[in-house]
Amino acid sequence: MDTYSLMREFADSWMLLFLVLVFLGVILWVFRPGSAKAQRDSANIIFRHEDAPADPTELDPKEVRE
Amino acid sequence: MWDYAKVTALGLLALAAAIAANYARDAAYLVHAIIIMVAAGVAFIWSVRQIDEEKPAAEVSVGYLDGVVRYGVVATAFWGVVGFLAGTFIAFQLAFPVLNFEWAQPYMNFGRLRPLHTSAVIFAFGGNALLATSFYVVQRTSAARLWGGNLAWFVFWGYNLFIVLAATGYLLGATQSKEYAEPEWYVDLWLTIVWVAYLAVFLGTILKRQEKHIYVANWFFLSFIVTVAMLHIVNNLSLPVSIFGSKSVQLFSGVQDAMTQWWYGHNAVGFFLTAGFLGMMYYFVPKQAERPVFSYKLSIIHFWALIFLYIWAGPHHLHYTALPDWASTLGMVFSIMLWMPSWGGMINGLMTLSGAWDKLRTDPIIRMMVVSVGFYGMSTFEGPMMSIKAVNSLSHYTDWTIGHVHSGALGWNGMITFGALYFLTPRLWKREGLYSNAAVNWHFWLATIGIVLYAASMWVTGIMEGLMWREVDANGFLVNSFADTVEAKFPMYVVRGLGGVLYLTGAIIMCANLWLTVTRGQPKAAPAAVAAPAE
Repeated sequence: MDTYSLMREFADSWMLLFLVLVFLGVILWVFRPGSAKAQRDSANIIFRHEDAPADPTELDPKEVRE
Repeated sequence: MWDYAKVTALGLLALAAAIAANYARDAAYLVHAIIIMVAAGVAFIWSVRQIDEEKPAAEVSVGYLDGVVRYGVVATAFWGVVGFLAGTFIAFQLAFPVLNFEWAQPYMNFGRLRPLHTSAVIFAFGGNALLATSFYVVQRTSAARLWGGNLAWFVFWGYNLFIVLAATGYLLGATQSKEYAEPEWYVDLWLTIVWVAYLAVFLGTILKRQEKHIYVANWFFLSFIVTVAMLHIVNNLSLPVSIFGSKSVQLFSGVQDAMTQWWYGHNAVGFFLTAGFLGMMYYFVPKQAERPVFSYKLSIIHFWALIFLYIWAGPHHLHYTALPDWASTLGMVFSIMLWMPSWGGMINGLMTLSGAWDKLRTDPIIRMMVVSVGFYGMSTFEGPMMSIKAVNSLSHYTDWTIGHVHSGALGWNGMITFGALYFLTPRLWKREGLYSNAAVNWHFWLATIGIVLYAASMWVTGIMEGLMWREVDANGFLVNSFADTVEAKFPMYVVRGLGGVLYLTGAIIMCANLWLTVTRGQPKAAPAAVAAPAE
């Protein structure tokens, strides 16, 4: 089989399946239990550090805040 | 040590450009070599004067790096007016061909000014807006200063040098004839270097972020930077005829070249004009509305659906050509599927105002942003519809396409950028507010009416000429010649030009308003001594 046909066959079978599964996985991951709290926190990132960067000594950056 | 290396490199670059100017084989290359020589020379002298100077204490890197964002705002406003002016002028050139002045042949005829207009509005106006807003947003949402020290300044000046090289090249006839990718090989190489630096600054800032999560706007900006890098490199694979000349030969040919070009072209729309500007939307709309985005879940799905679908939509630019039928069907199907994420994103942007709709009445900036998101929805409805083969057989090669592009570019990209500029200017120059809200209102209405005139006249003229081209008489002969359609389109071309005049006037009012905000605006009262970190 020539390279084109081989790659074409792979692209519209296994690769297609893989990408669709990744996409569905993303959607499931978005709706995972407990995501609402983390997402509420993320949506409020824009209101936190308007004027100056976070002071690294002030808080634990990796902690999710309410 | 670094300073000496920098000065040496700049000196060698100026020398190399001087040598290249001496051997130049064509006018565009000669002018470009001289521009590079002057730019490198100025940077050389500036750098020499900095060596071994004491750095004033104020320059120590604390806080956000906003100087480059301020320059970006100025450049965006400036290039916006240049691009709109060029667009309005070529619109009247189409209506009144006498404006292709005899004394300015061939430099100022439509064929050379048209790429100047498209590049000025997309890459100069839109590109500088993306640079400025992405640098502003990534710092605020990462709670960290820009990574890479002065690298961000290199990105700004390097990108604007690219724009000057591209624009002068078009006027002097250097083009590789690829729409939205006209610049020749050495300009492409320069942009590649600048773009890699841009990616480094952006990604570096994200990596040192002080927030756990990467805010959704940064996902959009990052996908825009990465994808544009990929598109730019693949679409510009070419071999220069001489290293002392601007002409190059494409590596691909025939339908492969056409497909590569429209894979690039459509994803330039998808990632430059959509993903990047959605990054702006997801920051500035919630900030101006003073409430978080309507649904963060939806924003994540919006992002991934857009990424998964957009990259396949390019073939719809090549319906009924030598492109295999399956490829054009694939492009059409993915374009139609794009309806979903596009409208999801539009709803997410609009619904962010739920509970704050009264702001539409009082705040002209939020009104601008809402109209922008509305145009995003309308043009992402129109686009998939035009990608359907049956519709495309009518719309393709007509002015309907131009109308569609402008409802997206003027409505969505333009309006969200104006909103971002109005948002940024008082904050960057520490002013209480804009100099005049009434002027924003004027800008809003001039721009909106301008777009309506533009889009409506292009729909009418596009569908009319599409129908005239396919009209056959009882014996199967074509009824109209091409010149018949040109004549019939004249009134709509004048209306389109007037729409451009209104839009341009609005932008000039914006520039005056922003200028007065900076020079005469009420300075923001210093906040009562913020507690300095006790060390």
